[in-house]
Amino acid sequence: MRFAVIVFPGSNCDIDMFHAVKDELGAEAEYVWHDEENLDRFDGILLPGGFSYGDYLRTGAIAQFSNVMDEVKKAAQAGKPVLGVCNGFQILLETGLLPGAMRRNESLKFICQPETLNVVNNETMFSSSYEKDEEIVIPIAHGEGNYYCDEETLKQLEEENRIIFRYKNNPNGSISDIAGIINAKGNVLGMMPHPERAVSELLGSADGLKLFQSIVKSWRENHVLSS
Amino acid sequence: MYKVKVFVTLKESVLDPQGSAVKGSLHRMEYNEVQDVRIGKYLELTIEDSVQDLDKSVREMCEKLLSNPVIEDYRYEVEEVVAK
Amino acid sequence: MSYLHEPTAEQIQEQKLYREMGLNDEEFGLVQSIIGRLPNWTETGLFSVMWSEHCSYKNSKPVLRKFPVDGERVLQGPGEGAGVVDIGDGQAVVFKIESHNHPSAIEPYQGAATGVGGIIRDIFSMGARPVALLNSLRFGELTSSRVKYLFEEVVAGIAGYGNCIGIPTVGGEVQFDASYDGNPLVNAMCVGLIDHKDIQKGQAKGAGNSVMYVGARTGRDGIHGATFASEELTEASEEKRPAVQVGDPFMEKLLLEACLELIQNCDALVGIQDMGAAGLTSSSAEMASKAGMGIEMNLDLVPQRELNMTAYEMMLSESQERMLIVMQKGREQEAIDIFEKWGLEAVVVGTVIEEKQLRLLHHGEVVADVPVDALAEEAPVYHKPSKEPEMFSQFQNEEAFVPTVESKKETLLELLSQPTIASKSWVFDQYDYMVRTNTVVPPGSDAAVIRIRETDKALAMTTDCNSRYLYLDPETGGKIAVAEAARNLVCSGAEPLAITDCLNYGNPEKPEIFWQLEKSTDGMSEACRTLSTPVIGGNVSLYNETNGVAVYPTPVIGMVGLVHHLDHITTQYFKTPGDLIYVIGETHQEFGGSELQKMQLGKISGKAPALNLETEVKRQKQLLEAIQNGLVESAHDVAEGGLAVALAESMMNGNTGASVELEGDLVSALYSETQSRFLVSVKPENAKAFESMNEDAKQIGFVTDNAVLRIDHENEEVLAATYDELHSAWKGAIPCLLTSKA
Repeated sequence: MRFAVIVFPGSNCDIDMFHAVKDELGAEAEYVWHDEENLDRFDGILLPGGFSYGDYLRTGAIAQFSNVMDEVKKAAQAGKPVLGVCNGFQILLETGLLPGAMRRNESLKFICQPETLNVVNNETMFSSSYEKDEEIVIPIAHGEGNYYCDEETLKQLEEENRIIFRYKNNPNGSISDIAGIINAKGNVLGMMPHPERAVSELLGSADGLKLFQSIVKSWRENHVLSS
Repeated sequence: MYKVKVFVTLKESVLDPQGSAVKGSLHRMEYNEVQDVRIGKYLELTIEDSVQDLDKSVREMCEKLLSNPVIEDYRYEVEEVVAK
Repeated sequence: MSYLHEPTAEQIQEQKLYREMGLNDEEFGLVQSIIGRLPNWTETGLFSVMWSEHCSYKNSKPVLRKFPVDGERVLQGPGEGAGVVDIGDGQAVVFKIESHNHPSAIEPYQGAATGVGGIIRDIFSMGARPVALLNSLRFGELTSSRVKYLFEEVVAGIAGYGNCIGIPTVGGEVQFDASYDGNPLVNAMCVGLIDHKDIQKGQAKGAGNSVMYVGARTGRDGIHGATFASEELTEASEEKRPAVQVGDPFMEKLLLEACLELIQNCDALVGIQDMGAAGLTSSSAEMASKAGMGIEMNLDLVPQRELNMTAYEMMLSESQERMLIVMQKGREQEAIDIFEKWGLEAVVVGTVIEEKQLRLLHHGEVVADVPVDALAEEAPVYHKPSKEPEMFSQFQNEEAFVPTVESKKETLLELLSQPTIASKSWVFDQYDYMVRTNTVVPPGSDAAVIRIRETDKALAMTTDCNSRYLYLDPETGGKIAVAEAARNLVCSGAEPLAITDCLNYGNPEKPEIFWQLEKSTDGMSEACRTLSTPVIGGNVSLYNETNGVAVYPTPVIGMVGLVHHLDHITTQYFKTPGDLIYVIGETHQEFGGSELQKMQLGKISGKAPALNLETEVKRQKQLLEAIQNGLVESAHDVAEGGLAVALAESMMNGNTGASVELEGDLVSALYSETQSRFLVSVKPENAKAFESMNEDAKQIGFVTDNAVLRIDHENEEVLAATYDELHSAWKGAIPCLLTSKA
């Protein structure tokens, strides 16, 4: 399985994502610059964290107009897995691939710390290797991770079981403790916590690895079925 | 040339933690008359007068990029200025 | 400072306008005799910034010469953007610390942010990829709203810049004392990794080669920043606000990536240097002077952000995120292409010339023509008079302070909630300390540890300085600062390699201040020699005074160590119930400058704790060997607050407790700050081997599973505190002080 790690000017978790996939997961990965016009050669798209375009104006607002984002939308439509972490999640919200918006953390401060999450839905291509309701530790590092959506959207997310991760101790004020959500089709996941930072016990947690393993597992199943 | 002043504000229904913090601070400074503080963004665009439909163009910019319609509202004012 | 009509050379002389720029009468006379005529306005500006203390070290050179700067591993000592130390396998570590005190006192967020930005540029201008940031901060007591504001904004500024650019801020220290009330200290340190082959020099070699300007455009911000940093802060300083620049970490991220791409992929690059203090002036003059060449620049070509800038303004601007590079003639396009990819400008602005002059053209006229060596090298050096302050002999002759302690437990809890000792998680939770996923030991333990990818090695790093000891006794305090930094690294499992220092003092023109500078650097030099940790670079920040009152002498030590194998990485936290607890080193009744003295008396006095460097080295070597042999579970240096605080801190991971029995004078055993001591835990099966290697180690107890700290003395329980009690006192103190009404 071959992953694209999209690099915008100002991305800074691109290297972490690349190493997590390549070194710890053992899959193929390639950095893809924001002006790339074709992503057909990839099986999965990873939008890493950072401060694309300095996060000026609004987090993720400027990145949505990069060339590569048209390709990301195409990949999402084609059913390929698209994972946006932190700034990647913010970009997915701005492009409308996921519903809602981000506000500044309730504390108004940047927060960097390990966070305990609940796996709310383990029946997706991103979470099938977890147990339902499993508690996992994945770090957060953001100043604007306070997820917001209107009541109708929230109701829809809940009814369609599209909230994948919830914070055990809500660190940022997110509505309904939301840490990660998925699109209706089930192939676009956005989350504020950084699974790519939790892939080795040496660095404190390896709980993020199962997320990447889930993606590969689902891809293999589909790949075997379709061939 | 036109100078367009764009004001982007959080929707009434959306909590504004920054605004609340500033209000708290003003109260601690004993400006108790302050009822509410909402923080927004102010942008100044300088636009060529050759533009076809200024209003349409500005509205598009606001909706596509300058504001996020999920949480923000916008309004703008237009001034005509003489180019230097 | 924009003049429609600049004063003439004669007006500058007659009206002594050079004084406003920071040159004194003698210095102006010297400039005149060097260039053989009266300098014009621009030239006077060039000399005034280059001869400021900040750029020339004219007051501190005599003391800096004392530092040992050589060592087997040192590849680059002081003189370039940053020092470089070999770590084997063709790799090296590059690091430097720098102050941004004055700008931070005026505009704390931007002052701190641009301090971080500046030190990062120093590291990547050497060709290294920055891998970690640290800092050392000093503020007044957290009781006034102004100090709280400074503290919160400085931390936010550091976080804002470091988080955005994506370099983890992994460590640092924060201390509070009234002497820093109006003059906070903001020292930022950056550590980078480099392959030997990529090491760059800031030199403008080869006549005919092109001088190129890269990065952000030049505006009027920061004009005369270096001069501003070389003056005392007064009430009027607020009005000098324009001297503070605004940082753009996004721009710097692009600049960093573009510069590293250029360095690693383009052999036409001749030299590269950051435009830091004194901007275009210092970078061009220093690059030319180091290469024995000159530079001719056409200022019309300098990318400008504002209209109608004068030569004076362009040369003295300290706009951020700019670099000067020299490219081989004819291959400029290679640089332009790389910078374009990153959306940045790279513009040829001048040429390297044989004649050792800095010649500036503007609107077709020569606006300055002065010798580069005179600017970069020939600032006058002052041997300032030095005088031992009366205070020192008073402290030395004072009867030793002996504290009386009623409740041992209450005193411990109170010590843990002193802001200097209390948890700094309020600070470092705002820093992204994990980005780049190499941080093995995050902030909070003795030192931070960063793994080196594709090797089994790691780097440990720390910043340290207990300025209270320096205030009482600068020489001993200087030794302690270096020794304690090394202690932190050894406790983390690293071999200390070298130091960078940031010398923060008051006005050196006062003999008592200069005496502090002299004595403390004597102590530091001796410690560096004994501990084999040479000084590979650093920075001097003098004139840290507010309305005539100086800060404590604060020579902050930034030290980096090499962890030879990941298995050696050790933290301060107790690991397993049943492990034996040892203290290495005996305890004396030493409370001069201690946390307990400060807490009980509200001030400090007396003698600083004594330090024997030979004993220090011996214990550090023995402990490191034991760690490297896998005999040590946890190691922590015994510092502020004494052994009781060290024990509590070793429990702060929340899983374990400790039961120990102390001997001798109980109050000293608990709270004295005797130096060269370590708190260590060891598995029972390793006890014998450990003891045989650490001759000064003495077992005092064992790790327990009940999350309680219990201390006995003469077969009687004298202190029992639960983890929850200790933790809440320690963790809650700073947030509590910040939210309480001033």
